[in-house]
Amino acid sequence: MKILEDVGNGATGFLEYAGGLANLSAESGTFVGRMRIRLAETFSQAFTLGVQSTSIVLLTSLFTGMVISLESAVQAVQFGVGDLVGGGVAFISARELGPMLSAVVVAGRTGAAIAAELGSMVVTEQVEAIEALGLSPVQMLVVPRLLALMVMLPILTVFADIVSVLGGMWLAQTVAHISHDVFIQSARQAVSLLDVVKGLSKAVVFGAIIALVGSYQGLGTRGGAAGVGRATTGAVVISIILIFITNFVMSFLLYGYSG
Amino acid sequence: MRFARIENVSVRFGTRVVLQNLSLDIAEGAITCLIGLSGAGKSTILRLLNGLRRPDSGHVFVRGVDVCCMRARDLVEFRRKIGFAFQFAALFDSMTVGDNVALPLREHTKLSAEEIDKIVMTSLESVGLETAKDKLPSELSGGMLKRAGFARAVVTNPELVLYDEPTTGLDPIITHVLTDTIVRLRKQLNGTAVVISHDLQSIFAMADYVAMLFEGAIIAYGTVDELQHSSNPIVQQFLQGSEVGPIPL
Repeated sequence: MKILEDVGNGATGFLEYAGGLANLSAESGTFVGRMRIRLAETFSQAFTLGVQSTSIVLLTSLFTGMVISLESAVQAVQFGVGDLVGGGVAFISARELGPMLSAVVVAGRTGAAIAAELGSMVVTEQVEAIEALGLSPVQMLVVPRLLALMVMLPILTVFADIVSVLGGMWLAQTVAHISHDVFIQSARQAVSLLDVVKGLSKAVVFGAIIALVGSYQGLGTRGGAAGVGRATTGAVVISIILIFITNFVMSFLLYGYSG
Repeated sequence: MRFARIENVSVRFGTRVVLQNLSLDIAEGAITCLIGLSGAGKSTILRLLNGLRRPDSGHVFVRGVDVCCMRARDLVEFRRKIGFAFQFAALFDSMTVGDNVALPLREHTKLSAEEIDKIVMTSLESVGLETAKDKLPSELSGGMLKRAGFARAVVTNPELVLYDEPTTGLDPIITHVLTDTIVRLRKQLNGTAVVISHDLQSIFAMADYVAMLFEGAIIAYGTVDELQHSSNPIVQQFLQGSEVGPIPL
């Protein structure tokens, strides 16, 4: 009986969370649809959440591109397919690793920051004060963060894709003597503009997930400083899980079986 | 005359009953102080009055309109007529004091920047904070924070101002200043105020009516004089701050 009770409680909790998140998404979407957007705050969040994440995203992308190249270049040359390394690195970066790695890094940095900031505002009654002033916390706090990340994450992903390919190209020449021309030629043949656009469409969705989960966790904070800590951890963990699941679903829908 | 009426209201937090069949009238043009033990549900009453919290049962009428039945859009409109000074001021820490006070005007009116600036200055002057306009909340002392919270609460000339423990944790001089400020602001606005306080001296100085909350219900209501002469042993124990009496420790 205890097991059934636990399963029941878990299912109820999950449905409550999913419902709450869907509700927050719908409410945010309504404000965006009605163009009730606080532009100055949105730009400010774009800087804080997006621009300030640039270095960490570029750094992780650079080393990821380099490690893919490192793992594949020498073997590829041995098997006489060194001219495919550029295509492999660019293909993986544009379609999967660029959007997903950027999203995971941004989830760790800004998802946590959003949850912590909004959580602190809840425990210091600032969110309640917004409501008491006849304003909407969703419009004031969630919508600017949502739009900022939906715009900034694809931009970061473009830079991540480029840096990843450049890192891979440098390493391919260094360890396997694959020339830049061969590498670039291979990359251009393997990746179409549509692949890049599909990758960026994933980044838009990931940006929304990070902002909405961070905001939902933050606004649902209970219990002072400990509650803020729980909200922050939850924001990162749930965002990353949702990013992985969504990435699989989107890859399946966008690329299907054919690739 | 009655400004608001809380009628047979019950509120629960989980399994804990905070208010049970509570009824209370808020007199128009007066300062009503709510007293009671910590955690008795006084802050919940303030949140019921501006619709931040809906009761599990019962009704809250403000100017004859049932707040509990309001649609979200009407509630937003309704809250613009009610000022709320929070216990810890709840100023937005990313904004200056001036921007905090200006926010409701910027959001709810079509006044020009110059007009808003003028009203903000007047509001800050009314609480003696005209020099703090460009400061961040983190640069203010506890008393200044509370006064900045007052300025934001009254900047739209609300009909009702709710003060949640405005003097808690402050020294006697600042407490005196804040008490005077509440009385002065009520007169300036020609409105109604509800104040939660544990500071009996302050309550005696400002209250037109006092309501005492105990175990989820109002057990005493009247003027300061009536309350001081109440025969209710719970009221007497509370006013005397005595450990001995019917209130369980």
